[in-house]
Amino acid sequence: MPGAFEGETVTRRGLMTGGALAAGGIASAAFGLPALGFALGPIFNNDEINDKWQDVGAESDFNERTYVAKVATLVTNVGEPGKTTVYIRKAAPEDRSPSDKPGKPIMPYVAISTRCAHLGCPVRYVQASEKFICPCHGGVYGKDGSVDGGPPVRPLDRFYTKAENGRVFVGKRFSVNSKLERFPHPRDPSNHLDGLWQYIYPGRPST
Amino acid sequence: MRLLPGPLRRKNGDNGKADGNGNDDQPKSDIPGALLVSRERDEAVINGRNGQDAKEQKALQRERLKEAATEVPATVVGWVDERTGMGPFARGFMFRKVPKGTNWFYTLGSASMFAFLSQAVTGVFLAMYYRPSADEAYTSIQHINNEVFAGELVRGMHRWGATVMVVLVFLHMGRTFFFGAYKYPRELNWIIGVVLVLLTLMMALTGYLLPFDQRSFWATVVAVNINASGPVIGPYLADFLRGGAEFGATTISRFYALHMLLVPGLIAALIGAHLYLVAKLGTTAPPWLKAEKKRELAKEEI
Repeated sequence: MPGAFEGETVTRRGLMTGGALAAGGIASAAFGLPALGFALGPIFNNDEINDKWQDVGAESDFNERTYVAKVATLVTNVGEPGKTTVYIRKAAPEDRSPSDKPGKPIMPYVAISTRCAHLGCPVRYVQASEKFICPCHGGVYGKDGSVDGGPPVRPLDRFYTKAENGRVFVGKRFSVNSKLERFPHPRDPSNHLDGLWQYIYPGRPST
Repeated sequence: MRLLPGPLRRKNGDNGKADGNGNDDQPKSDIPGALLVSRERDEAVINGRNGQDAKEQKALQRERLKEAATEVPATVVGWVDERTGMGPFARGFMFRKVPKGTNWFYTLGSASMFAFLSQAVTGVFLAMYYRPSADEAYTSIQHINNEVFAGELVRGMHRWGATVMVVLVFLHMGRTFFFGAYKYPRELNWIIGVVLVLLTLMMALTGYLLPFDQRSFWATVVAVNINASGPVIGPYLADFLRGGAEFGATTISRFYALHMLLVPGLIAALIGAHLYLVAKLGTTAPPWLKAEKKRELAKEEI
């Protein structure tokens, strides 16, 4: 090897250059990688998500004909912005989802999230037309939350519900596809859930 | 070796022998040349015409001080220049030749840079009053607008200046594109410019959330969900921007850090690179002049 002494496999200069570069690389990685992990951490944890059952009212508050608007907390540590409106009605037999096991009872209440499946604006329920309508880009949903028109890519998200001691509780949010099959990790708005689409919009550890 | 050619040269005390290394024939002294010469003349005056009335002496002294004072800027510039060797670069940058036909469209780049500078300055001062938390952001903006002296003006400049900057950057980009100024050897400068456009838009996006009113909240929800619509990595990107699966307390501080530390730092660094390349490569003549030249050349060939 040119520049090397007898029996050497690396030149002294090469060793010093490599050593200096390696030391610089290690020093940069020593602060860079923890900082990067620090910034990316929230992708992997769901501490902020409220996954407790929340009491939203007495069973007598709700009926099968129309939705009643209630407020639930989605994110725990942010105050007002962490709250959301939930539209709740009593479930009818035709609300059975393909995800419900045959012969087992279905969820007692239908709780629809107001987060539009297009880009996340808050929808409102209009009783006269029995539609959910989004103010931002004109998304329209039917009474069961399935898409009637506009840009949304899937039905409105829902919440798990249960009734105990005459009170109604809502739990975690879940997403549904156009057949109202349940997906345990709620997806972001704009994520399709039908056919092959469901695989390019994976469920995330943060939900 | 003369370090200070041209207009930056010290006028007095530089008789052509000084070589900047201290090897001159003059007696060594820390007193700048101008003062040295003045003092010599002064001593001559005092020795030669002893007994002159004080009035004349005072006038002389005043003149001497005046002369010394006028030399101060040149002395200071010279002092810095001797130690940095900035002179040739600064002159080359400030007094570089520009092609024939340079017109008002060529000022759009400087205009964009000054828009950025105004955003940087007003932003720094807004940061003195702004509190980036979900509970306090909105009230602190109200406080800036309604109670802080000139708060409405400074926030107004930042808020409207943001729009102005985006418009100017796009006009500058259009100028570059339509004048063909992105072609060899300026491709790298075009690429840096495109990154600067993206960073400017990122500033606009992250700054939009900070007032934390209904408009900025829902606009940011929509913007983050647009990011989420990208296949495979989209949902993770949205998680990164929000700092979690939902818009939470982390989101606003995250946007604030991006808005006032990360992105402006990158923009400032890239503006430096952009300017360096502009100075290095020069600007292009407008296309209509090139067309004229081509016609002339064609005529000559005939």
